This record gives sequence, structure tokens and C-alpha cells, in this order.
Amino acid sequence: MSLQLIGLSEINGPLVALDQVPSAGYDEMVELQLQNGTTRLGRVVQVEGERVVLQVFEGTTGMSLTNTRTKFTGRPMELALSPEILGRTFSGAGKPIDGLGEVFAEKYADINGKPLNPVSRQYPRNFISTGISSIDCLMTLIRGQKLPIFSGSGMQHNKLAVQIAKQAKIAEEDGAGFGIVFAAIGVKNDVADYFKRSFEEAGVMEKVVMFLNLSNDPIIERILTPRCALTAAEYLAFEQHMHILVIMTDITSYCEALREFSSSKGEIPGRKGFPGYLYSDLASLYERAGIIKGCKGSVTQLPILTMPNDDITHPVPDLTGYITEGQIVLDRDLDQKGVYPPISVLPSLSRLMKDGIGEGYTRVDHSAVANQLFASYAKVQDARALASVIGEEELSPTDQQYMKFGRKFEEHFIAQRFTENRTIDQTLNLGWKLLSLLPREELDRVDPELLNKHYDPAGAQSLEPVAEETKEEPK
Amino acid sequence: MNENIIYSINGPVVTVRDTNAFSMMEMVYVGHKRLIGEVISIHKEATTIQVYETTTGLKPGEPVQPTGGPLCALLGPGILSNIFDGIERPLLDIEKASGAFIGEGLNIPMLDEQKLWDVTVTAQVGQTLSGGEIYATCPETALIEHRAMVPPDLTGEVIYAAENGQYNLNGVLVKLRDANGQVHNLTLCQKWPIRIPRPVKQRLPITKPLITGQRVIDALFPIAKGGTAAIPGGFGTGKTMTQHQLAKWCDADIIVYVGCGERGNEMTQVLEEFSELIDPKSGKPLTARTVLIANTSNMPVAAREASIYTGITLAEYYRDMGYHVAIMADSTSRWAEALREISGRLEEMPAEEGFPAYLPSRISQFYERAGDMVTNCGKEGSVSIIGAVSPQGADFSEPVTQNTKRFVRCFWALDKSLAYARHYPAINWNTSYSEYLDDLEKWYSKNVDRNFFKRRQEIAALLLEENKLMEIVKLIGSDVLPDDQKLIIEIARVIRVGFLQQNAYHKDDTYVPLLKQLKMMEVILYLYFQARSLVIKGIPVSSITETGLFDSVVKMKYDIPNDQLERFNEYYKEIDQKLGALK
Repeated sequence: MSLQLIGLSEINGPLVALDQVPSAGYDEMVELQLQNGTTRLGRVVQVEGERVVLQVFEGTTGMSLTNTRTKFTGRPMELALSPEILGRTFSGAGKPIDGLGEVFAEKYADINGKPLNPVSRQYPRNFISTGISSIDCLMTLIRGQKLPIFSGSGMQHNKLAVQIAKQAKIAEEDGAGFGIVFAAIGVKNDVADYFKRSFEEAGVMEKVVMFLNLSNDPIIERILTPRCALTAAEYLAFEQHMHILVIMTDITSYCEALREFSSSKGEIPGRKGFPGYLYSDLASLYERAGIIKGCKGSVTQLPILTMPNDDITHPVPDLTGYITEGQIVLDRDLDQKGVYPPISVLPSLSRLMKDGIGEGYTRVDHSAVANQLFASYAKVQDARALASVIGEEELSPTDQQYMKFGRKFEEHFIAQRFTENRTIDQTLNLGWKLLSLLPREELDRVDPELLNKHYDPAGAQSLEPVAEETKEEPK
Repeated sequence: MNENIIYSINGPVVTVRDTNAFSMMEMVYVGHKRLIGEVISIHKEATTIQVYETTTGLKPGEPVQPTGGPLCALLGPGILSNIFDGIERPLLDIEKASGAFIGEGLNIPMLDEQKLWDVTVTAQVGQTLSGGEIYATCPETALIEHRAMVPPDLTGEVIYAAENGQYNLNGVLVKLRDANGQVHNLTLCQKWPIRIPRPVKQRLPITKPLITGQRVIDALFPIAKGGTAAIPGGFGTGKTMTQHQLAKWCDADIIVYVGCGERGNEMTQVLEEFSELIDPKSGKPLTARTVLIANTSNMPVAAREASIYTGITLAEYYRDMGYHVAIMADSTSRWAEALREISGRLEEMPAEEGFPAYLPSRISQFYERAGDMVTNCGKEGSVSIIGAVSPQGADFSEPVTQNTKRFVRCFWALDKSLAYARHYPAINWNTSYSEYLDDLEKWYSKNVDRNFFKRRQEIAALLLEENKLMEIVKLIGSDVLPDDQKLIIEIARVIRVGFLQQNAYHKDDTYVPLLKQLKMMEVILYLYFQARSLVIKGIPVSSITETGLFDSVVKMKYDIPNDQLERFNEYYKEIDQKLGALK
């Protein structure tokens, strides 16, 4: 039995209050029917005796205290799920918007999900080859990982995400059981289009589930969008045994929606006005990545967030970094130099990498190469800082070699074409070639045996200056 | 009796109106699902309860049931090798009950009540036992003997002692008659409220180090048994990695590892790694001495707040048996954030950055539960606390870091730039400190070598000198420095790369005994002093570096296995020979 009430007591931003509600559950879904026949969805966010506060997802425009009928559904927000959701497009609140009608549901699932028991998790170890040297070698993506891209406005994070989605070998070699869940959270129409077009061009559209909340869609709906997407991802991964890559863009918009919602509720703000529970809230999204013991499928997350003013200490990237298992940081200087993908190697990191590389996964020398490249490139930064004071000519010979190594590293290793798919062998060999530009005694992170095998200063000379590449079409 | 019903719900906070059925900090069951909650404030009109499980679907009008007691930990055999959530519910049993995802309102016994333990009853009829004294023992794991103790607040005469044999958790082993003539049944387990420190007889002065096998800690910034340390660091600086290393290698008898608001996969990793790792001293798996408390970031926030207290209560319980316990809390910032979140829901007046005004007192109460003690049974036991702090934006001036700094005596500051250069452990030697140096000097002189601290001092002085020189180098480059200063830069590099940096994945380097640490320092210093005497004679540093001595000393951590320390003599020969050739 569901309950219907006529009229409201109070409207404040996206929140409405009702009095004399005999029985409403916390987090319960409500339907609000306006006089003009439209229906909006809402959720109970606070219950105090018979007074109930609702959050209206599509906004309260046009609502008055008298023209609305409220229906309590008695259930939390649920998403209709079936294998047919693949290839479909939904709104940010999980309603089909591709004109193909409702989903014939096999089951309904609460979009808030439930915490995954740590003892049921399987520790992620399987290396995903993305074909991008800097990622594969230095911040390896692992199946079941959550690895966000920290970017800034105007950088090519979308292009990078598409390249990863296209090239990533998430599933076994036959490619069976692979899917992408794409959640657009308050992004521009053009960006959503770009992703859609790219998936179509790559011919994977029938493997993609899209949840679109564009920047002109209701803001409060954004709070639901990632939850719907992750519920779909969990269903496909753990019940349909697929390997799912979840791309969520842009988490910053999500957090801003949460801030707006929190302030209209009159909550005490924390840092930069974000609510104090932002960490727990983000964790309830990110922690939904993983692998369950005994399940074939997996959920790998690739959230994208734009750092306001490129500030990595802003609460959104900061809290994200504390929850996710590493991060890929994009750098504006590299971007302006025309390096694509503009991955800033030093602050980037993959926490799961250490267990998913090396013998049996990638190659035995992988961790040695990665560590040495990190250490050497860190020294390049020192040399550059010095050069900016005293000039490059005045540097010691070793520092000059570092300067050269730094340039070549950016030109050959970080930079690569949008369509270029390098194998891990190619990537590691390239790494050795670059390291061979440096004097042997500078390579203190590598076992002498490996050095004997791979150190080859003569071969390093074969690194030609990069020819002018045909520019990719700008997105 | 008038039934107590829910009036309002806001996230994990629930209120009940017009009741006086509850007492402060009492544990309650909330709603038809019987979610576990705790009373956190009582007013005349309304009682506020924080709920340890998700409140989705809860309705006003559902009943709230008092239990009559505060939130307690159940203490008894079966704790070790186990993994619990923040309120001591075993996660493996939760998995059996509700599958891979954690359900609500599960009523699961905290410890296995069926399992039989081989109990030896040590108490005898007629004997008087007071609180904390041992009346029975049983082997809990391959490493640890469990000692059942009289609850701290009880004293009496033994009027019944059971035979040795197999008993489960609730089997009556001893009957004790107290001064009032009341008889108490003592079993293998007891309850203790998690927010109250367990009593001890006496606090001992700090004298013994907690040996970790990590060079930068043992040699430069040692921590004592019964001491406190904080590891602050931004994300990606290796807090968790450092905590894991300490949990694996430190010489405590028992490790309590609290994953408080951290990643699920990390806890899985601890579970997997620890069951594979073998304790070097006993040859048994490390899980036999470890208990894990996992309240990951997506689990209910109120239970996260409780998890720290559950952890320390378990630690104190084993301390009371006479063990040295180390507790790793990763991370206390998440705990502080849970306090903030709940405080916000209660609409309390916020202090700094939205944290409640009682944050410093809560932090100090937690850290003050550490210490080296004489327990009530007359044995010596200690609790050492190592808390990770995750400052927002890696800014150490934020309230949690600052307040933690006030109450700990060891501060291992992790440094982003070291982590970027993959220098691990990324403990910055310029900003870290340990206040235990004076307390521990005696122990080091007696048990390792009387020169250990002298060497340590010399190494620290060289690093300090380098730090000063680097200011100049950053401006004008190292070429212009005089040769003696160039030598300091070179030798400091050897110290940094060859000594401070330690490879957790290398079989020898992951744990280094104190004696090897000393020998390494001595070789480095010998090289420095020999080289310096050449530099004074006018031999350029560049020709010394060309001998390759610096690089071979850097690699000694890999080249000399932990059990062949006599091979350090080769380095002295090599240094004498190669430097002799330059004269």
C-alpha cells in the first residue's frame, strides 16, 4: 500500500517539507505529481516525528504548496536491471532516455548498494594493458582497481579516457564479457557526445551503458547518477560475470551538487563549504570497485575529476586520493608543450601496481625499470630547477645528461599518438633505452645483473628526434 | 512500560523523545531490524543515539530497545587470527550470514561459542583471587597462550575449580565468592566497555625499544615499547606501507591492526600477506599473532568511530596477560572525521575546520592508553600505539596532525617529494623526531653496542650538514662548493640511498637487525673519515668518487645477507686499498 498526500508545507531550493506524514522511512523514494501532470522523483532525507524533508531530484521549479501530490513508495531508490541494459542510455536518475522504452527488469537493486565485506574481496592482481607507456610502466592499471584521472579544465582527460577504454585489454584475450558503464555527471553536451561518438567509432556501443546527467540537467539528480551507474556495474560484474570498466566524469561536479544539497539542508559546512561527510560519501562510490572471491567479473573504476584551479590540495582531489588506489595526474605544462597524454609522472601512482607486475604478470624487470625511471626523472626536476637559475651550460656534465634524458623521456616515453597501442615489451625496452642515456653509476635502483643485460648506451643513440606528428583532430 | 520509539532520523543519528529509559553510552537495538546503536546524548525531551549500521528504510515509530549496558568488547580466546568490523563482529561470520555484501541487523556472536579450547585451570579451591589474576590458560594460536583473568573489578575466594580439559567459551571454569557472599561464574571470556581503559597496577618508565627492523626508525627515530608514534603524510606517501612493514616486523608479541576508514582492498592485502608471511622468530605464520579490525571507508561511519576503541581494548586485554602489544591505527584522521560527521549531525558548535571542540581531548585519551605497565597479575606488558594521520592537502598545520603531535612522542613525517622520487620509507629526516632517544640510549648501549648512539649522532649530523649545503646547491649548483663540502654531499647521498632508503620487497632488506644497522653506519662513517683525510691532503673528491667506493657501499644493504655480518670486513679492506692507491 502506498500513501499519497496533497500539498506541501515548505519549499526551499531542492528541498520540500511535509507535515503530518504518518509513516515515512529514511531514504525512501517519493513521487511528486504536479497539477500539470508531470512527475518528479524525490527522496526522504530527514524524518522528524511527522515532519518529513524531501529532496526533489528534478528541482522544485513550478511547485507550490498546493499543486503537488506526494506519493510515498515505501522503498529506497531502486534501479531496474537486466542484461538488456547494455547498449542503452539512461538519464542521471536511471530512466531510459533513448526512446526504446522501459527496461524489462530481471531484478531491482537499491542504488545505494551495500558495503562489500573485506573478507569477501579478492585482492586485485591482474594487469590491464592500456597500450599507453606511461600508464603501463609507471602506474599500472590493475583489474578491480579504482584509478582516477586528476585533470584540469581544458586538458585532454576525455581523450585519454577514451584511449584507455578503447585499448584496455580488461577481459581475457577473446574479449568476451567486457563492458563499459559510462556516467556523465554534470558534463557538457559536447563531452557526452564525444564519448558516445568515440564508443560508436570503436564499435563497442552495444557493450556500453550510459547514464547521462548533463550540465543543464537538474543538479540534485547528479547525486544519483554515479550510484545508478555503479549499481548497473555491480550487477553486470557480479551477476552477469563481466569485466566492467566504469568511467565517471566529472566527480568535481558531483561534489559540488552534494555541497549545494548540503547547504540547502542547513548542514554545518567543512572545508571550502563541502559537507563534513564528503569523505564517507565519496568512499561509498569509490569502494564499489573490486573483485569478489568466486565471481568471474570485476568492476574497475576510472573516475575523472577536474581540479579547480589545478590545485591538487582542493578537497575533491585530496579526499579522492585518500580513497582511490593511486591517481593519474595530468600536467598543464606538458599539455602546453603539446605532449599527449600530458601525464605528470611524479605525482601519479598506482598502489596496486607492485603486486600485479613482474614475473608471471608483465616482465621480470618491470619494477626495476619503473623505479629507476621515477628516481631519474625526479632528478631531472632538480637539474631543471638549477638550470633555470644558473643556465643549462653551467650545469655539471651529469646534470646535462639528466636534462637530455628528461627531454627524451617526455618526447618518446610519455608522448604517444592517440591511436598508438604499445605492448608492455615495447614500453619496457623503450624505458631501458632511455635509461641508457644516463651514466651507469647513476642507475642505483637496478640490480647489476639486469643492468648487464639491458644497459646499452650505444642503442640509446637510436632514439631519433620525434618527427612532426600528424595532429589528432581536436575534440 | 511505555515503549520507546524513534522520533527522528538524520543519517546515522536517531532520536527518541520523552524517555528516561536510557543511560549515557548505553548500547541499544534500533528498529525492527535491531540495528546496533549507542546513546550519545540525553536531554529531558530527547535522547540521541548513533547507529552503527545503515539507517536506510528506518521509520519513526519503530521501537528502540535498551540493553542495560555500555557498548562492550567480548574478550576471550578466538580473537587472534580473526578479522572484525568496528564493533567486534567477525567479518567471516557476517559473510556466511549475508554473503559478499554486508547486511543489516545481523545478530552474530562476537567470538566462536562452539569451539573447544584445551584449558589448563591454574586456580585452586580456597585461593583468593583479585582482579586481573590468572585462573586458567589455553593455547590460542601456535604462538600465543591465552590467559583467562579475573575481571578487574572482582575479588573473591575460589569455591570451585573445574578439571583441566576441553571447554568452550562459556564453560564455567572457576566459581568465585566475593566479600558479600555472592558467587560469580568465571568462564573463558569477559566483557569490557570499549571506551574505558582497563586498569593496571603501575605504569613503568620507558626503557625498551620496539624494534622494527626499519633503519630510519630504529637508528634515527626509535620508538619505545609502550610508546606512541604518529605517521602523518599526504596520500601516496606510504603511510599504509609503513604501517604494514611495522606490523610485519616489529618485535611485539601481538599486533592489533585497525583499518579505520581505509580501503577495502588494503585489508584484503593484509589478510593475504600476513597469512603467507612467517614470523622470523617462531617460524609460525604472522596471522597467529595478529588481529585485524576492518572498518573500511564505505562501512557505517559510527562504527568507524568505535573501531579505534575496540582495537585498543583488545590490545589492553592482551597486555594484561603480560604481552607486548603494538596497535596500528590506519588512519586516525578518518576516525577524527567520523567524530566530525557525527558532531555535525548533532548540530554541535564546531571548532577548527568543523571538528568538534573535544577533538584534542579524545585524541589524548586514545594515545594515553599506551604505556609499559605492571599489570594486575604482576607481569609486565605494554601497548604501543602507532597512528597514521592523513592530513588534508598534506598540510601538517591542520587540527588532527597538530593535536596528535601534542600527544605523541615520536613523529615520523612522510614527505611527498621523497615519495615522488620513490625513496621509501619516505620519512623526512629533517622534520621527524623521537623523544625516546634519552630513554633508550641505555638499552642500545647495553644490548647492541655502546657506540650505537654515537654513530647515530654522527650520521644525523652529516644529514643536517647536507641539508644546509643543499640550500646553497639549489641556488648555484654543486660545482662551486669546496671539496670538503662536496664530500659531505656525496656521503650524505650514500646515507640516503644506501642506509635510509629500504626496500620492503627485498628478502634481506625488508627487515634489518640492529647489529647490521650499526655495521652499515660504521662502514659509511669509516669511508667518510678516510675520504676526508684524503681531501684534507688536497686529493680531489672526483678522484675518490671514481674509485666506485661510494656505489659499492650504497649497495651493501643488498650485497650482505642478514646472517653474514662478518662480510662487512671486506668493505674496510676495499676502502683501505682503493683509497690507499690514491695517496
